[in-house]
Amino acid sequence: MAATPDGILALIDRHYSSVLTEWLDSQKRMSRVAASPERQAEVTTQSTQFLDELRHCATSTTSDDITGTAWAPMRAVLENVSRARALQGYSPAETATFVFSLKQPLFRLMQRELGRDADRFAEASWKATQLLDGLGLYTIEAYQKTREEVIARQQQELLELSTPVVQLWEGILALPLIGTLDSARTQIVMENLLEQIVARSADIAIIDITGVPTVDTLVAQHLIKTISAARLMGADCIISGIRPQIAQTIVHLGLELNVVSKATMADALALALRRSGKAIVDRSRMPGREA
Amino acid sequence: MSEIPILRIGDCLLVSIQVDMHDRLAMQLQDDLTQRIVADRVHGVMIDISALEIVDSFIGRMLNNIAAMSRVLDAVTVVVGMRPAVAITLVELGLTLHGVRTALDVDKGLAMIRELIDADDRADAARKV
Repeated sequence: MAATPDGILALIDRHYSSVLTEWLDSQKRMSRVAASPERQAEVTTQSTQFLDELRHCATSTTSDDITGTAWAPMRAVLENVSRARALQGYSPAETATFVFSLKQPLFRLMQRELGRDADRFAEASWKATQLLDGLGLYTIEAYQKTREEVIARQQQELLELSTPVVQLWEGILALPLIGTLDSARTQIVMENLLEQIVARSADIAIIDITGVPTVDTLVAQHLIKTISAARLMGADCIISGIRPQIAQTIVHLGLELNVVSKATMADALALALRRSGKAIVDRSRMPGREA
Repeated sequence: MSEIPILRIGDCLLVSIQVDMHDRLAMQLQDDLTQRIVADRVHGVMIDISALEIVDSFIGRMLNNIAAMSRVLDAVTVVVGMRPAVAITLVELGLTLHGVRTALDVDKGLAMIRELIDADDRADAARKV
């Protein structure tokens, strides 16, 4: 028997069930947390799939280049495993362990079968290491890709969630900002606000920055841009929700917002109502006029 | 050559820009408008740009110029109907049109001009007393 990958794979083929059992054992030993029965079943399915594909790919190709088309089904299995584990919150090391833990049973098997011939054993273990390392690294890459997709999706959701425009009164809009303003968010906030100004035919927009953790020169510049754009559309802006700490920062940085600012949203709403010719009346202080 | 019509509504002139502006058209508009302000003795000018999808620095400067000229002739200028995309572009370009008043639509622009003229009259009356 030649000590090519085919040779190793032929070994696996012959000792399929013992390799699988040993592999599952070593996976169980290497994982830090005790797996639930469902997880255990999942791992078994994944391991079986992996070994099946390993046999399948090995019989259909002599190439051990795992980026080739012949290894595509194997890559698909690894991608599925990585994706599932990334979404379940496994660490990269735990995900890669899936492949690397196969080394021990495999090497033990080779030692049993080829141990007498040092040259063949050395060559076979080199090939096996190369193959498994390649597959392991591919697992990590797939894991990383899934994580990046998750992060990108969360970013998108954050953008969608965090920019509501609320109508407080006829002609008065409120824009409660939450989180730091960066260029991408400013763009979305600005577009939303301007569209709503047109749709609701608003004269006044109250920008509430209670939820903005810090106001630095960049954030201030983004605020000024939004205010200028609203002004060009014919709507005045009032800034509200300036916390004492932020007021101090604004002065220390020498920022000039050039806009009416109020400490609270209530004050801003009162001003907006006054400007649009409306008043809030406390009826209890107007004897004889209760409804 | 097409020219931009100038309509009179009460004591206010309405200019609706619906074609691409170029140098000569802009010069002619400034010419016509200043003459009409004097001839009709109006105190307000409303420029409707709701049909413009692109406002560049040239049109921005023209709007500023018209506002400044009108001010000299004792008329207030209000630019109305700017599209959101145009507003964002102008802000990104750094053209915030200081010196030009803006309103959302013709209706609000008209109300704003009346208010400004009234305020001017009141201020004048106060000065005389």
